Amino acid sequence: MNRIKQLFDSKKNILSIYFTAGYPKKEDTTKVIKSLASQGVDLLEIGLPFSDPLADGPVIQESSTEALRNGMSSEVLFEQLKDIRNEVSVPLIIMGYFNPVMQYGVEAFCKKCNEVGIDGLILPDLPLEEYQEHYASVFEKYNLANIFLITPQTSDERIKAIDKASNAFIYLVSTASVTGSQSGFGSDQEAYFKRISDMNLENPLIVGFGIKDKQTFDQATKYTSGAIIGTAFINSITENGIDGIPNFIKGIRS
Amino acid sequence: MSYQVNEKGYYGDFGGAYIPEMLYPNVEELRKVYVEITSEDSFKKEFDQLLKEYVGRPTPLYFAKRLSEKYNTKIYLKREDLCHTGAHKVNNTIGQILLAKRLGKNRIIAETGAGQHGVATATVCALMGMQCIVYMGEIDIKRQAPNVARMKMLGAEVRAAKSGSKTLKDATNEAIRDWINNPVDTHYIIGSVVGPHPYPDMVARFQSVISAEIKTQLLEKEGRDYPDHMIACVGGGSNAAGAYYHYLDRPEVNIIAVEAAGKGIHSGESAATSVLGKEGIIHGSKTLLMQSKDGQITEPYSISAGLDYPGVGPMHANLYRSKRAEFISATDDEAMSAGLELCKLEGIIPAIETSHALAALDHRAFSKDDVVVINLSGRGDKDLGNYIEYFNF
Repeated sequence: MNRIKQLFDSKKNILSIYFTAGYPKKEDTTKVIKSLASQGVDLLEIGLPFSDPLADGPVIQESSTEALRNGMSSEVLFEQLKDIRNEVSVPLIIMGYFNPVMQYGVEAFCKKCNEVGIDGLILPDLPLEEYQEHYASVFEKYNLANIFLITPQTSDERIKAIDKASNAFIYLVSTASVTGSQSGFGSDQEAYFKRISDMNLENPLIVGFGIKDKQTFDQATKYTSGAIIGTAFINSITENGIDGIPNFIKGIRS
Repeated sequence: MSYQVNEKGYYGDFGGAYIPEMLYPNVEELRKVYVEITSEDSFKKEFDQLLKEYVGRPTPLYFAKRLSEKYNTKIYLKREDLCHTGAHKVNNTIGQILLAKRLGKNRIIAETGAGQHGVATATVCALMGMQCIVYMGEIDIKRQAPNVARMKMLGAEVRAAKSGSKTLKDATNEAIRDWINNPVDTHYIIGSVVGPHPYPDMVARFQSVISAEIKTQLLEKEGRDYPDHMIACVGGGSNAAGAYYHYLDRPEVNIIAVEAAGKGIHSGESAATSVLGKEGIIHGSKTLLMQSKDGQITEPYSISAGLDYPGVGPMHANLYRSKRAEFISATDDEAMSAGLELCKLEGIIPAIETSHALAALDHRAFSKDDVVVINLSGRGDKDLGNYIEYFNF
């Protein structure tokens, strides 16, 4: 968690990349992490694959299905990550759905995250109220940030409640959609980014959903601390493999 | 303790609303207004009138004389198979479309497995002149061609769910994704007592007309408003929720739930969720569901397409865990022969889902004076293909 805080204290225009663990091949997880870290990506979101990813579009769904077919599981992921902190210092977040975490055992999962050096979790289907009532103390015990999503439909009142419950950053979903379905940002999105930015929340904002190139990255970071790229990165890795990562990142940051 | 939902949306340990933030405004809006709107006199009047004049309610409570003789007990059949569109599903879609109208929505989405809920949704959309999009697994579209044609005739667009296992659970995922993408103008009509709160309770309330009618009808026929045993089949569990609803907190009524055992509970091809499932999250609800050790949702099997859902409604998960209900299961073979028996003894061709409930008669003994009500949730026209193939007619 301190790694995340340090990052936001020291940098602007933060580039975060989401990728699916165990994709394209089971053993690619750490290779992707190391490549992204060496390219200067600021924050990594490791996707823990799930059979029924409700908030994701077809690209991330398919990469998850493939990863599961490759034999990925929570247990395999933790095994793959056990020495990762000897290799990279970039903040690492696990993004997944709540059921696999529940089955592993929420406390056991958090403990394991802490052991391998994970800094936070994004679990889109673990709602604010459940988190606060049942799990906040466990996350705190293992020094894990919990990252909430907000959308253009989220009320100001709820945004403030989410801000209060957050301790790292808030994930600003760019449009009402699942992942990977936008075709660029218009004035609506800019106005929304500005509106939230003007709320002067305690936590910094990172925009996700719909960032795919330099233009959308620049638009998203105009009013916020950073942006997350997921679907476009999965598409790139599907097409060009791990060797194509440096080019992809240069394309965003050129 | 009550077996109804509590103010937080839970039935015991089960229920809640485990949904991504993108769905929060829609689900929260429903949660806030569903009781209020559905309690309004104008709503109740319109709902009751449509149930009476359009659906054909009240459905009869029929004393099955020959079936009773065979099992040496008193068996009544609640004839939901006589509802318009052929099953109880329409009770819920009528209720939800009236609610959607009052919420100002003009676009309706739904998921369907065998197509019964899809047909019931397409029907009410035609009735109300609303746009209707039904998500259906690509595999189910091939298996259920007549229902796909029905939905199209009724003006609905049928969209194939091509992700995951391409069946009901994936159709549900796609419908939820559609709702995320269209949060303002769209209402999602879930077909069973599943999904995030308030859906399980809302659907149960719309289906509760079944047990409300049974109470009145039994009072007339038996001089008391309750049976000794209330039997229903359970997939997601909407017909069962409706049949149990007014008896949940009446301990004198033994509630019996029949799940689909497929080729045998431990055959690896089964849909007996209460036995095979573990507590987890599916489609926004904490309930019992079939899953791998790692928490990946697995694909159930039953000869009945309406019962092969990997989860079960949170009300039923609680009835199971609290032992309020007696859970039994029927295999494909047991259900098929129970279905055929009803044809021969009573001249009623039941849906294969319903045949599972009928199989309870062979599973356990009932006393001679027991009043046994079986919810005859649907008719078997849609299943003729399966019956023909199974029995080689």
